Amino acid sequence: MIKFDQVSKRYPGSDEVLRDVSFSIETGELVFVTGHSGAGKSTLLKLIAAIERPTAGTVLVGNQNVSKLRAAAVPYLRRKFGLVFQDHKLLFDRNCFDNVALPLYINGVTGSEAGKRIRAALDKVGLLGKEKTMPITLSGGEQQRLAIARAVVNRPSILLADEPTGNLDGNYAAEIMALFYAFQQVGVTVIIATHDAHDISAAQGKVLRLNHGQLSEGGRPT
Amino acid sequence: MMQWLNQHLQALQLVLSRMRRNTLAALMMCSVMGATLCLPGILYIIVDNLNQLAGNVQSEPQISLFLKLDIKPETIAALDKQLQDHPDIKSHRFVSKNSAWEQLQQDAGTADVAGNLEKNPLPDAYFVQPKAFDPITIERLQSEMQQWPGVVLAQVDANWVKRLYSLLQLGKKAILVLAALLGFALVAIIGNTIRLQILTQREEIEVSKLMGATDGFIRRPFLYAGALYGLGGGLAAWLLLAGVITLFNFSVADIAQQYASNFRLNLPLWQVNLAMIAGAVGLGWLGSYIAVGRSLAQFNLK
Repeated sequence: MIKFDQVSKRYPGSDEVLRDVSFSIETGELVFVTGHSGAGKSTLLKLIAAIERPTAGTVLVGNQNVSKLRAAAVPYLRRKFGLVFQDHKLLFDRNCFDNVALPLYINGVTGSEAGKRIRAALDKVGLLGKEKTMPITLSGGEQQRLAIARAVVNRPSILLADEPTGNLDGNYAAEIMALFYAFQQVGVTVIIATHDAHDISAAQGKVLRLNHGQLSEGGRPT
Repeated sequence: MMQWLNQHLQALQLVLSRMRRNTLAALMMCSVMGATLCLPGILYIIVDNLNQLAGNVQSEPQISLFLKLDIKPETIAALDKQLQDHPDIKSHRFVSKNSAWEQLQQDAGTADVAGNLEKNPLPDAYFVQPKAFDPITIERLQSEMQQWPGVVLAQVDANWVKRLYSLLQLGKKAILVLAALLGFALVAIIGNTIRLQILTQREEIEVSKLMGATDGFIRRPFLYAGALYGLGGGLAAWLLLAGVITLFNFSVADIAQQYASNFRLNLPLWQVNLAMIAGAVGLGWLGSYIAVGRSLAQFNLK
């Protein structure tokens, strides 16, 4: 499903953030990417979603070579993913319903079909009653759940989450993690970057441990 | 196909709802465009109307033959017959020096001048109307008549029409230059407005790109916004032009009456109006296309 082969990434004017990283992830797996801050977790996720391109090596997503993808093909690759960010990137100028609607509109799904799917997604994260609420009035945990609803409304095959519980206290964090496990149960590949060991211990997932840009242990040899 | 249509409808709805929220700003934008488009529009109307006027006058060119002061009646009779028989001449009118002198003395404007003269300085004259209107035939006729015995000067009275014509030609070029310059200004104005809108919607664009929005999807609402500004501006310009013409016509009617004419300024043909509005839409579209293109090229996902 996702395969990294000797991938290195260097930002202009910095050391290598990722060095010679190789691993592969199968469909439906639950994978944690861990490491200290600055170890390259976010960069690894960005390479998968083609937000960044590798300096060396190849990144394959579903048989597509992301490193060599044309710029015009990138949007179509991104539609395979649901993205969840630490700062959730919600749009505060519109209500919950319209926030979740955005990925559907981008995919050309509108009208009653869109409405059905938006309500289903909101229901899944327990926000069905808050369609017309503005996201600014939601609690931190609710905002992150809304962001997850937006990430899954398009039924992506891969869910990428960058520190999804970073800003939340224990209870909320457990709720969020439970949501991710639930999605993995129905066959979605879930990749979570986190520095919180608490998240990992509770689940049966593969762990990719990054240390100064290198995969130190837990990665399955390819 | 349905999806394509849906996406466009949706972008249009989005833009319209944004404009409803900022009615004042949108109206201001349209008035700026309207006023800018109005300038070459007014010039066009003036030149176009003068052109029509000149066209009417030019249709009756006239050649004046001034005869020798001491011309003999036999020569005049011979000339008369020559004019009568000439195939290119429609009509001719003889004005004797005496009747011209009387008219000069009676005319309010020239009576003073005439009073100061001791004797009649005017020659006998023929006023000839040729059949053909084209300048070449008339010129040939003029030089032919100049050779006739007894004729001192054959003068084409349509000369001023020709000069007016060249002036109008210059006017048309001036309109083109002005329209091009102002069109450029409009593209810049719209481009700048759209650029500001893009800045306020940075977050939305960023999130959309992360979710797999194509550049076309992001560009679409801004292109519609630019085109709608253009449409509003074009309509505003048309309204302004109609108002200006009505205003001008009060004065034009006064002046025309003094020349015993029914001349009025007319709005350009609907094709011209339509072209102006379509041009404005095009300029708006172009301005926002350039602005969005530049912004997208510089846009980096964090």
